[in-house]
Amino acid sequence: MVTLQVNGQSHKLDIEDETPLLWAIRDVIGLTGTKYGCGIAQCGACTVHVDGEAIRSCSVSAAAVAGKEIVTIEALSEDGSHPVQKAWIAAQVPQCGYCQSGMVMAVAALLKQTPKPTDDQVADAISNICRCGTYQRVREAIRLAGAA
Amino acid sequence: MTKPIALDRRQVLTGAAAGALVLGFSLTRGAREAAAQGAAAGDGKLNAWLRIGSDDSVTILVGQSEMGQGVYTSLPMLVAEELECDWSKIKVEPASGDDAYRNVYAVRDMLTAGHGEELSGVKGWAYGGMAKMFSEQLTGGSTSIRGHFDRLREAGAAAREMLRAAAAKQWSVPLGECEARDGQVSHTKSNRVATYGALAAAAAAIEPPKNVLLKPPSAWRLIGKPVTRLDLPAKVTGRAGFGIDARPPGMLFAAMRNCPVFGGKLKSYDAAKVEKMPGVKAVVALDDAVAVVADNSWRARQAAEALPVVWDEGEAARTGTDDLFAQFKAALSEAGEKAYAVGDADATMAAAPKMIAAEYRVPFLAHATMEPMNCTAHVTADGVEIWAATQVQTRAVKQAAEAAGVSESKVKLHTTMLGGGFGRRAEFDTIGPAVRVSKAVGKPVQLLWSREEDMRHDFYRPGAVGRLEAGIGADGMPVAWRHRIASPSIMTRVFKPVTWMGPDQTSVEGAIEMPYGIKNQRIDYVTRNTPVPVGFWRSVGNSQNAYIKECFLDEVAAAGGKDPLELRRALLADAPRHRAVLDLAAEKAGWGTPLPKGRGRGVALHRSFGSIVAEIADVEVGAGGVVKVLRVVCAVDCGTVVNPDTVVAQMQGGIVFGLTAALYGSIGVDKGRVVEGNFDTYRMVRLAETPAIEVYIVPSETAPGGVGEPSVPPIAPAVVNAIFAATGKRLRSLPIAGQTLV
Repeated sequence: MVTLQVNGQSHKLDIEDETPLLWAIRDVIGLTGTKYGCGIAQCGACTVHVDGEAIRSCSVSAAAVAGKEIVTIEALSEDGSHPVQKAWIAAQVPQCGYCQSGMVMAVAALLKQTPKPTDDQVADAISNICRCGTYQRVREAIRLAGAA
Repeated sequence: MTKPIALDRRQVLTGAAAGALVLGFSLTRGAREAAAQGAAAGDGKLNAWLRIGSDDSVTILVGQSEMGQGVYTSLPMLVAEELECDWSKIKVEPASGDDAYRNVYAVRDMLTAGHGEELSGVKGWAYGGMAKMFSEQLTGGSTSIRGHFDRLREAGAAAREMLRAAAAKQWSVPLGECEARDGQVSHTKSNRVATYGALAAAAAAIEPPKNVLLKPPSAWRLIGKPVTRLDLPAKVTGRAGFGIDARPPGMLFAAMRNCPVFGGKLKSYDAAKVEKMPGVKAVVALDDAVAVVADNSWRARQAAEALPVVWDEGEAARTGTDDLFAQFKAALSEAGEKAYAVGDADATMAAAPKMIAAEYRVPFLAHATMEPMNCTAHVTADGVEIWAATQVQTRAVKQAAEAAGVSESKVKLHTTMLGGGFGRRAEFDTIGPAVRVSKAVGKPVQLLWSREEDMRHDFYRPGAVGRLEAGIGADGMPVAWRHRIASPSIMTRVFKPVTWMGPDQTSVEGAIEMPYGIKNQRIDYVTRNTPVPVGFWRSVGNSQNAYIKECFLDEVAAAGGKDPLELRRALLADAPRHRAVLDLAAEKAGWGTPLPKGRGRGVALHRSFGSIVAEIADVEVGAGGVVKVLRVVCAVDCGTVVNPDTVVAQMQGGIVFGLTAALYGSIGVDKGRVVEGNFDTYRMVRLAETPAIEVYIVPSETAPGGVGEPSVPPIAPAVVNAIFAATGKRLRSLPIAGQTLV
């Protein structure tokens, strides 16, 4: 049994301690916005916030984040009105969209810490993989969100 | 009674009036059949492609799959342009199960290597018939716009006419006095207005018109304007549903473990060893794989990995990368098939004052869609329901029916969003296993492959070896060109009969029919199939042949003492569209302006899928030979543009996709197994390495070209040519990473 605080709700889950947070969120709690891409913290499709920090949920155990405040894409805003989400629409970033939950969460955490990141800071912080190659628009959207 | 129609293909060009075309069309049998099952009277379905609700919503039924290329916006734009509806009321619904959604255009384009539109007479009839016979509901070959540009505008126009006719009938006024605009029909004289929603039921009972007037381009209000994509709000909030997000009630999770060796079979396994593991429900044997079913994906995967399995590895267990390429190389000396010939390449080559030769090589590549392969299935006593991120709905249904042992009419398919396609999801290897596992456990099951399973059980872009030769005249211009290609053939597996009619076009496309005016050419193909399965990888044969052709042309330029851009311009005297694209890219890139030491510019030009793309890369080769692509200028002529922002996005994305392959992409084989398994070994370009990409669209009113694939082929040669400009070093194999540059 592991108890997780996800999007302001407490969930008591029948899972092993070592179950990766990703699968607890997707398959047990049932929030599917957070995606599986690699399982080894390479791609970032599974990025969520744990106590405000961007974490690759495929590679952290549920037990390790028990009691911490976990936020998934579903609760970043109620209605898609988070500045990063708005910038994402303004710059028309997503293509297939599969990696974008993680991308948006990674950028939201970055901008919270560094509201106006330099190009180098963005390049260092945002290492998520997008197979559609939306990176240029990701950069544009970060500038837009940072200016908002 | 509702009588939906499918305006299948443009049948007759019956005339022209006031600059607008009058097009005739005919009902197809498939559409008539679909009408009977699809459209319950009163649901506002006016034809296979649209339904109008009493709330004035307009639902566009899209048969093409949304995999990032924007078809859930651009295809509705085509309907809405003629329907004259209120764009803010548009909804999109994935559609399947009607012959109207079969993509005959794509199949014909594939069978004819892009010459479907040009063929006439017996050949045109034969290929047209074959395409129809073997057509599928398929998203591929960059055909969504090309194959629907007329049909969907006609569908919108026909529905608009039915709405106008319904209003005219209701008001007892002449049809000519009723105007349709912004989602309503109005009659100015009597000051009457009715919304489409109010008219929909009556319109559905109106006989569809035999002829419709399509607007001239000057009257377009949507086509050609940047329209924001309808699918994006759900994609930034996590609400978009991909295959992996299907959650039918009571669903179990299954992990797939495929035989690690290509062509191997399952011999035995010890289910007892894992059946007691937490959450494990069942172990299901398949021919060449085993699936473990549990109550969550992670538990299923843990048990699948722990399961003791003995495989019958088979013949392929002796296959390795070096052996594969040795076979391709040996094949170059064997008799092949003539793929293209003009003039007398052999004689001209022998007589030329100068001759150069080179051998090129490209590796196998995986698709690595971000969403790993998966399928969700629910087999019940009544039939099968499947949720699939598929590029080929008709085959998915067929596979599900066969696996469940039911007729296709008992299969209900939900096409989800696709987390990347790139040709991988034109395969349907996940469908049957998911259905079989669901059938075995009697519950809905989501069968998911791990990233490693996905990468090691792909249908790969074929590895290939090419031998190039050119004869160069005294003036430095090429007079003869020979290209021999040895590689596996995709069509041998996918549709063998087409290989009996000549060399596999997917192996030679992009090598044949160069736009360049080289008078003597000979291109041959030697098929060398191996145990490594090969398939359609974004831009298919163009992905390797553009690299080889455009790099060797650079070698010709160097050997003849010509500037690479000027040589191409000179060879394009009879190809003005190509030359205009090249010139635009050169102008925007500042071709010829000086660059610092260690930097170089490279150019490449390639036509594929009906569009011409030129790319110029500005590359820095730093200390230790590290390649950094700083800037890419892209010019594209894709004919008439539907959604310009989508064209820009596809150019940007395709360049990154092609750059990943050029810099890092390589799938190796050892003992019949793929070596790479995840993104740590199959490296991707990320944001930090993404160059500044500029895209310029050549204005055009010709028929639309494809945009999903054509930006991929030119990037590898542009970068490799830029590396040559920067270092004098010519890279004749890919990927770039790992090769010594300084």
